Amino acid sequence: MNLLDPQGPVAAANSTILVDSVFIMLVIVVPTIFAILAFAFWFRASNPKARYQPEFVYSGRVEMVVWAIPALTVILLGGVAWIGSHQLDPAAPVPGTGSPVRIQAVSLDWKWLFIYPDQRIATVNTLTVPVGAELNFQLTSSSVMNTFFIPQLGSMIYTMNGMVTKLNLRADNEGKLQGLSAHFSGDGFPDMMFDVNVISPLAFPEWVAATAKTDAVLNADSYKKLMQQGIEKGRPVYRLDDPRLFDLIATQHIPPGPGPELASEAGRSHSGGHDAR
Amino acid sequence: MLGKLDWSAIPFDQPIPLVAGAVVLVAILAVLIWVVVKGHLPYLWREWITSVDHKRIGVMYILLASVMLLRGGSDAIMMRIQQAVAYQSQGYLPPEHYNQIFSAHGTIMIFFVAMPFVIGLMNLIVPLQLGVRDVAFPTLNSVGFWLTATGALLVNISLVVGEFARTGWLAFPPLSELSYSPGVGVDYYAWSLQISGVGTLLAGINLVTTVLKLRTKGMNYLRMPMFCWTTLASNLLIVAAFPILTATLAMLLLDRYLGFHFFTNEAGGNVMMFMNLIWAWGHPEVYILVLPAFGIFSEVVSTFSGKALFGYRSMVLATMAICVISFMVWLHHFFTMGAGPDVNAIFGIASMIIAVPTGVKIYNWLFTMYGGRIRFATPMLWAVGFMVTFIIGGLTGVLVAVPPADFMLHNSMFLVAHFHNVIIGGVLFGAFAGFEYWFPKAFGFRLDERWGKAAFWFTFLGFYVTFMPLYIVGMLGMTRRMQHYDVAAWRPWMIVAAVGMAVLTIGVICQIMQLVVSIRNREALRDRTGDPWDGRSLEWATSSPPPVFNFAFHPDVRGEDAYWAMKAHARQQSFEHEVPEYQDIEMPRNSPTGFVCAFFATIMGFALIWHIWWMVILGGIGAFATFVVFAWRDHDEYVIPAEEVARIDRVNLEERRSLVSMAGAV
Repeated sequence: MNLLDPQGPVAAANSTILVDSVFIMLVIVVPTIFAILAFAFWFRASNPKARYQPEFVYSGRVEMVVWAIPALTVILLGGVAWIGSHQLDPAAPVPGTGSPVRIQAVSLDWKWLFIYPDQRIATVNTLTVPVGAELNFQLTSSSVMNTFFIPQLGSMIYTMNGMVTKLNLRADNEGKLQGLSAHFSGDGFPDMMFDVNVISPLAFPEWVAATAKTDAVLNADSYKKLMQQGIEKGRPVYRLDDPRLFDLIATQHIPPGPGPELASEAGRSHSGGHDAR
Repeated sequence: MLGKLDWSAIPFDQPIPLVAGAVVLVAILAVLIWVVVKGHLPYLWREWITSVDHKRIGVMYILLASVMLLRGGSDAIMMRIQQAVAYQSQGYLPPEHYNQIFSAHGTIMIFFVAMPFVIGLMNLIVPLQLGVRDVAFPTLNSVGFWLTATGALLVNISLVVGEFARTGWLAFPPLSELSYSPGVGVDYYAWSLQISGVGTLLAGINLVTTVLKLRTKGMNYLRMPMFCWTTLASNLLIVAAFPILTATLAMLLLDRYLGFHFFTNEAGGNVMMFMNLIWAWGHPEVYILVLPAFGIFSEVVSTFSGKALFGYRSMVLATMAICVISFMVWLHHFFTMGAGPDVNAIFGIASMIIAVPTGVKIYNWLFTMYGGRIRFATPMLWAVGFMVTFIIGGLTGVLVAVPPADFMLHNSMFLVAHFHNVIIGGVLFGAFAGFEYWFPKAFGFRLDERWGKAAFWFTFLGFYVTFMPLYIVGMLGMTRRMQHYDVAAWRPWMIVAAVGMAVLTIGVICQIMQLVVSIRNREALRDRTGDPWDGRSLEWATSSPPPVFNFAFHPDVRGEDAYWAMKAHARQQSFEHEVPEYQDIEMPRNSPTGFVCAFFATIMGFALIWHIWWMVILGGIGAFATFVVFAWRDHDEYVIPAEEVARIDRVNLEERRSLVSMAGAV
């Protein structure tokens, strides 16, 4: 999950900006730290060679330099930030080879649901994508906020109930990656890690066909079961019944997840939660 | 009768909070019994609890902060151990505990450690530096302190009665809404902050008024010590920002208590509004904390370099620039919400712009040291340690202000490392520097240097060993608030961080030892001059500890570094002043208003949390009645007769003159 080992163009650009910004600042920061230590050491009271200049309390030239150095650094970095923000806008397309793959991600308590509306399938806690293709994500949440993040593919983005965020990524190398939620969402939050399988464009249709053979069907009813609070250790897959399921979730036609089951008293007996509402 | 409260609220089956709570309770009871048996209670009541003396209130603020630092530090130790052991396992803390602990850690460290520590130092020192006898509203000051203590008390009650929030220290909805957090944890969080927030706002209004309206003769704005300037800036921010926090939490509470829909998923509530509002307070809050620390470092660096602060006016400008710009950058806390490139870029650049005045400050301290004659007493060690550490925190801060970099680092352990880098390296180092520097002023004896230096080195090294690994795991994709994890690459770094936490703990122990040793050796460490560091500003012009009226005469200020100038002037002339004409001094009477009001506020807060409505009404009426009684008071001041002033001041003068003549003889 090393950020400096990017597996796609977005992560590569992000980490380049990250590293470049650090170097731009180090040019200023390292000499400053040295100067602090050097001045502190040289002008120690016990050093007879250091010249005591109690009247050296203002110098226009020094002031100009000390305002100019940080200002120039910030102008340079501001340029990086402006250009970077526009080029790496999560909503901006990331051209790839072959046809783009649309993926609709829903954060549930506490698992990830990935819907492939064009392929009519859905998976939980596993994201399978073809190498090199443009990946168009639409994201929402079934209940609380989460953040969708695959560190080696780049930019993260919030998922929020009743809203859709957009993210475009591309994976350039086959292999297994990991993703996670980067926004605390409750007791099962650390188990919201998911697998990312990047497979060849030829293997992708085969995987889709194999997945579509499953008996499990994802529709509004099975989705409501899935969004109950709980941790999913398995990797269930579904055939997608209605390709508009994501829209029904995002527009709240399917109401938000219920939160903790008030019937189960265990684990909340100390919280005073039992007669809330 | 008792709302939601019943015996199930006490976690009898969970040993950790119960044992911790029992230990604290026994300790408190033991102290109380000792106080009563030894007959100290009347003294405590008369001299401290009802005191409206800014110095006493400042000391109590710092005491509160120190006690809460131990509580928040215990949380930190538990978190570091959990993350060190919870690799492919659940560790020793189940999620519902771990989540409370990190939420409580953040809440306590910001609201009940950092805030009272800096407000305490400002209270203690600013009136002395301004050459005045008290703050603008002494009784309000006491109310502010006791309401802050109420908030701290409620947070600690949640340890054994019910639970604390499990939502993180900013309680983001919808997780903090009733549907997803049905327990009382979020209510404990919100009501503690509402009550202590009132206290903070009162402190802010009080200190702004003090700096603007109460300055001694000749103390122009551009002659004020830097600490007064940063106090002004910080408290202006308090006055502007804390109402936002209060309003935001009020909306959350309306959602939770009365079925409103400000931030719910349903009925058009909008979580993004909460994000914006909470950070519109939250970002200025960062500067509320760090500006006073900048002020402390300015005083310390200048005093121990034996030079006036370099580029004073430039520093004033930088301070006020930070004060203004800090209100314009809040969106950088959620670049990853999908706001769009223009918005992200503009807020990113605005955030970087703050780094300019901050950088200027670093350089001005640097040039204050240049040509100085630097004495490395403990406060100066903290200052140099701060400069080095804070630059690194600034670097990583500007880094996460670059939106594309933030897209990778947001909410990660890198971010955790960054804000600890600036809050520990900036605010906490500043608080410790101020503590060491002004302790002799408050109590009349210096702190032990050997333990103080040990505390610095352990804390300094411990900080790096704890938080540099967190930068690294952040770069390895680790996000914050993970109760357990399965990624092997993170493990070694979490173990190193736990070791670092042990080193930090040794630092804290040294700090406590320093206090114990210094109190035992106080006669040897006694400061009879009132000016143990060869200081430059007016707080050193009076005795240590200062008399209740601070100054027998309002000092006459003729330039920057007022006391330095007075000393230089006195050296040129002979020391034999004509005998001054002492006059009666009017001082505010002590008042139990603050304590009584906070007592009722505690009852009301507790009752609100547990839905005990009759008790809410009782507490509310009690708190209001306290104010009414105070408002109808007949005598609010008492007079210290001129002879008494003369007696106190002569002792002080004698002491100083004898010391000066001794120094002259040498």
